[in-house]
Amino acid sequence: MTAPHSPRPSYLRDGIVLGAAVGLFGVTFGVLAVAAGLTTLQACAMSVLVFTGASQFALVGVVGSGGSVAAALASSLLLASRNGIYGLALHPHLKGTVARRLLGAQFIIDESTAMALGQREHRHAEPAFWVAGLSVFVFWNLGTLAGAVGGNALGDPNQWGLDAAFPAGFIVLMRPHIARRSGQIAALAGALIALVSIPLLPAGAPIVMGALGAAAALVVVGDEPVSAEEPS
Amino acid sequence: MSWWPIVALAVGAYAFKAIGLLAFDARPPSPRALRALRLLPPALLGALIVVQTVADGEALTVDARLAGVGVAALVAVTWRRAPFLVVLVVAAAVTAAVRAVG
Repeated sequence: MTAPHSPRPSYLRDGIVLGAAVGLFGVTFGVLAVAAGLTTLQACAMSVLVFTGASQFALVGVVGSGGSVAAALASSLLLASRNGIYGLALHPHLKGTVARRLLGAQFIIDESTAMALGQREHRHAEPAFWVAGLSVFVFWNLGTLAGAVGGNALGDPNQWGLDAAFPAGFIVLMRPHIARRSGQIAALAGALIALVSIPLLPAGAPIVMGALGAAAALVVVGDEPVSAEEPS
Repeated sequence: MSWWPIVALAVGAYAFKAIGLLAFDARPPSPRALRALRLLPPALLGALIVVQTVADGEALTVDARLAGVGVAALVAVTWRRAPFLVVLVVAAAVTAAVRAVG
């Protein structure tokens, strides 16, 4: 979509800011991981190799509180399953060789997906994905190391309201998608499905279920012609 | 903790990411699926926003986040060109303030 006065792409700055904010939660993760009995090497390896925060917190949290590893692993994998849906949504944007995309796959997380999908112009989606993904990766891993080695000098990032900064940021990234009626219905349906699912389903599942909002919108709106204006 | 759960989670998490991204290489989506896919971003973002605002594990909770995200949403809606960073800071500041008071 080319708006009359299309704003300069801000994904570079936005991606770095987002990464830095996530990095503070990385410190928290490092602290919790070591407290739960992981070595520093294990905590850092997890942030490099798993690299999806909610799943990491889930595994370490359950293990730390004496829960069974198998149960913890199941809930962590369920949380990670939403990244598969993100992969589907990112498919039109991540181009190149299979090797390049297999590398990119590791960086598919909430923040990089939202940044890519939130770009008003299609050509900005891929660079926005890489900037946000790499930025979060670097900060998340530095944060994990700092927390595991040095403990938490910063306190709880939630005391600064940082946990609310992410959904607020995602509202901004949703704006280009709700210009059309079909997008509004999909957003509303996804939000409602997730809301109803939260108390009914295990953590992680509500976002996967929310994807059905796209199908619901298709049913309601019918076969609305696809125009070139579509932001994605 | 032993290494196996870490390795298992790493393999599983990566598998979800890669399979999702490459699924349509093997089998291109039908026109109808393609139309649904175009509506996937707003549906996913809507779900993500709700979960990060009112979920606490498997419980629905109303806490300071709702105030912060609510005010940020108002800013984002009324000031249509509000920069990303401004909306982030507004949400964090309101949430922190409500937490400090409550």
